Amino acid sequence: MEDRNLAMNQMSLAVAHVSKQFDRRWVFREISFSLSGGESIAITGKNGSGKSTLVKILCGVLSATTGNVRLSLGGKELTGGQVRHHIGLVSPYLQLYDEFSGAENLDLLSRIRAGGDTHVPRTEEVLKLVGLWERRRDYVRTYSSGMKQRLKYAFALLHRPFALLLDEPTSNLDAEGISIVKGVIEEQKRSGILIVATNNDDEASWCSQRVHLGG
Amino acid sequence: MSSLRSTVAVIRKDVQSELRTRYALNALLMFVVTAVATILFALRSDQPTSTVLAGMYWVVVFFTAMSSLSRIFVSEEERGTTMTLQLVASPAVVYFGKLVFNTLLTLSMTVAVTILYTLVFSTFFVIQTVSIFVITVLLGSLGFASAATIIAAIVAKANTRGTLYPVLSFPILIVLLITVMNATAKALDGEALSAALGDFQVLTGYFLAMTAGSYLLFDYVWKD
Repeated sequence: MEDRNLAMNQMSLAVAHVSKQFDRRWVFREISFSLSGGESIAITGKNGSGKSTLVKILCGVLSATTGNVRLSLGGKELTGGQVRHHIGLVSPYLQLYDEFSGAENLDLLSRIRAGGDTHVPRTEEVLKLVGLWERRRDYVRTYSSGMKQRLKYAFALLHRPFALLLDEPTSNLDAEGISIVKGVIEEQKRSGILIVATNNDDEASWCSQRVHLGG
Repeated sequence: MSSLRSTVAVIRKDVQSELRTRYALNALLMFVVTAVATILFALRSDQPTSTVLAGMYWVVVFFTAMSSLSRIFVSEEERGTTMTLQLVASPAVVYFGKLVFNTLLTLSMTVAVTILYTLVFSTFFVIQTVSIFVITVLLGSLGFASAATIIAAIVAKANTRGTLYPVLSFPILIVLLITVMNATAKALDGEALSAALGDFQVLTGYFLAMTAGSYLLFDYVWKD
């Protein structure tokens, strides 16, 4: 754990002059900020201001029209494949496989990401953390929207990411679910990087910095 | 080695998913049965030539492929799981995983069509040179899967998926179709293996060129 905290403190995310254009419309322009281990930032803005688009760019699943995003560990920039092992995402756009159970989803996706390592103990740990251990063998299609949101947290935390990105972090969650999320956030803020995209002022206040999109 | 294990994990996920949802398998089986039955009724007691037989065989394979192979990416897009895969796997891992899965599906399809043809047209669908037929089916399936996989990845991002897939596929697959039809006719006519070596070279070249091109293109198709 100490090694992990040490590594996390050497972690940094630099976003430099990032802009995104869809067709001829600029969604946002010239977004720049940087974070290092233990720091957090809230991305705010009205509907359509590009919060989710920026989150996708930060995760590497969408290209920026201009600018760049650099995730570094100990001053060394991580490549695309390495970034995948250090980023966790919870987002309304992210879906897990309905035809598999909660535990099967985590095991299958963990195998794909890690290239064969099963991480069975970690699957149990994260499913217990989000309160889905008892329902681990049920197909995801039988889960409620709140349970699916909890499973997304389990998926995001499965590989102990250095950078955790939460887009609309508490959507569909009940009071117990929100309490779990707050615990996850406090843990992440201790040493990792936390990015929250939200319209909610309470959720934005969880972060020490803020970037507002849309003027 | 890690990428290879990840690719195997993608194939395993897709096989398990297909066995549970039967997205492609049901479409594939229904199409094969319907197409073969239609041909059976159309032919009645006529005796087609080997060229016509080979053509009909690959027409069934082509349209069956069009009805099922695109599912590999379309189902990910429709269920919203594309981003999940993007987060856990590199484009190369996803591409080769999907390519192997589509190859397995195409091989299953050709086996199903061959069995049905042999049962239904037992009097005139007689494979005289088995080696030519087996190699043609193997190389043809690889070529089919390779082209179908990259086209499926492109089509999955479009709004008009159903019509775009066969329209895009036909010009790309025409060289492959002509070659496999020629080689299959030779297998039905009982020609020597050496007579089909040129066809095998074309099929191998097609597969390698299509796979290399797809590998280079896939990164752009998959990310945005």
